[in-house]
Amino acid sequence: MLAKGLAQIGACGLFLVQILRALPRSLRYLRETVRQVFFVGAMSLTIIMICGLFVGMVLGLQLYHTLSIFGGTAALGTVVALSLYRELGPVVTALLFAGRAGTSITAEIGLMRATDQLDAMEMMAVDPLAYVVAPRFLAGVIAMPLLACVFNALGIFGAHLVGVNWLGLDSGTFWSNMTSGVDVWTDVMNGVWKSAVFGAVCTLIATFQGYTTPPTSEGVAYATTRTVVFSSIATLAIDFVMTAFLM
Amino acid sequence: MRAFPAVRGSGKVADPDESDSMNVATGQQDEILIRIRGLHTVLNGKTIFDGVDLDIPRGRVTGIMGPSGTGKTTLLRHITGQLAPDAGEILVAGKSVWKLDREALFELREKIGYLFQNSALLTDFSVFENVAFPLRQHMKLPEELVRNIVFTKLQAVGLRGAAQLMPSELSGGMIRRVALARAIVRDPMLIIYDEPFVGLDPIALNQIVKLIRTLNDTLRVTAILVAHEFSAVRRVADHIHLLAGGKIVADGAPETLARGATPWTRQFFSGEADGPVPFHYPAPDYARQLGLSA
Repeated sequence: MLAKGLAQIGACGLFLVQILRALPRSLRYLRETVRQVFFVGAMSLTIIMICGLFVGMVLGLQLYHTLSIFGGTAALGTVVALSLYRELGPVVTALLFAGRAGTSITAEIGLMRATDQLDAMEMMAVDPLAYVVAPRFLAGVIAMPLLACVFNALGIFGAHLVGVNWLGLDSGTFWSNMTSGVDVWTDVMNGVWKSAVFGAVCTLIATFQGYTTPPTSEGVAYATTRTVVFSSIATLAIDFVMTAFLM
Repeated sequence: MRAFPAVRGSGKVADPDESDSMNVATGQQDEILIRIRGLHTVLNGKTIFDGVDLDIPRGRVTGIMGPSGTGKTTLLRHITGQLAPDAGEILVAGKSVWKLDREALFELREKIGYLFQNSALLTDFSVFENVAFPLRQHMKLPEELVRNIVFTKLQAVGLRGAAQLMPSELSGGMIRRVALARAIVRDPMLIIYDEPFVGLDPIALNQIVKLIRTLNDTLRVTAILVAHEFSAVRRVADHIHLLAGGKIVADGAPETLARGATPWTRQFFSGEADGPVPFHYPAPDYARQLGLSA
């Protein structure tokens, strides 16, 4: 079991090397990359925006009550923004991304494998790594930080709705404390870096699972499930490591 | 049907530098485009090839026939560098396929048209875009020329009117014809047909047989044809190799093989259950499995 798991991680690492080597060749398929950014990015906006809004509203509600115990409700904007920018934004976006875009990438590539489309490309002297895999990988790295930014914006809006519009916190206090307590380079960029890494990891796992899936319906189903499970675990594990280094 | 001279061991291997002009060569009838020697393959513990020697002459249509599961598609995968054999040498246009790096292999594949057993059309692309795909990937042609070439090929397979349809809107036979149009769109030096007649109605089958024959007669395209329909294969192939039990058990002109001079050809071409090719997959005793004997 352990040996099999290590072999999978090793194979995934070698697959990453192959993708990176195929990246320069994939630049000639720029239109395909743009199409994939739309597919994994723009098409994920609805779920990201809705979830971001509700996460922000819950944060606003919970933190307001907790901070009110210590008479510190004025810090609501700062605490919400720091939580979202540094942790919740990148992590929750990555988990949602794995469920929405990661699974569809795995299923799409897996079905291409099962129906010999990847072999057909090879036979037409078109490298599937450059034409199919690399554009999706690149799209994930580009789209994830953008999605995380949208998630954060909607989260802060949700917290504002609850804290200011519902519970009566002063709007000026909410915004001024936030702008003075959050640093663009240390806090916001910290989250952006994390998102880019999560985007790379989630799309690497999704493309690897799809590319290496057994060419059967059951194989595609298992690969899709593995994408969500492995992406979630990898996201949380890497988040811990990156947080430790970026603190 | 034209007479076909024996080629096994008698042809000379083609010069790789001449490979570009293979599809238009006229005076090279007996040159060997593909030479296979001592091919051994074991897949999942089963011996697929046990020392196969085979020559495919350029400018000819060579049929590969044999019972199901004897490795006909595997042989094609070896020839095209998709699957490595356990032992043996495969020379295509003088180049040892399994010694080529990826770039050289892709260069070779650009000269090969391959019709997959299950067609393998790109499901996100229309019929037109599927056929245009190899042109767009490898040749910087004006859009008007791409359009003309694609419509010419679609006309040849009778599907010019279906150009804007998606693969999901086509019948099985139509999908095969689109895949065939895609395989021939770049006028390759070698066309490999893996089961091209499956799912075709009699009209389409007749037209495809004529198309394969015409491509060979006019452009001298070398073709490998894997199929089970002997009535169709005998109309188009110059030479047939019968593959069974991991070896080439018979080869010759279609009419010669049809006479059934050996037990292999007699059984295969008359479709009998009894003979050297077992109809039943290896299994335990039937009566014992049904609980009818002690």
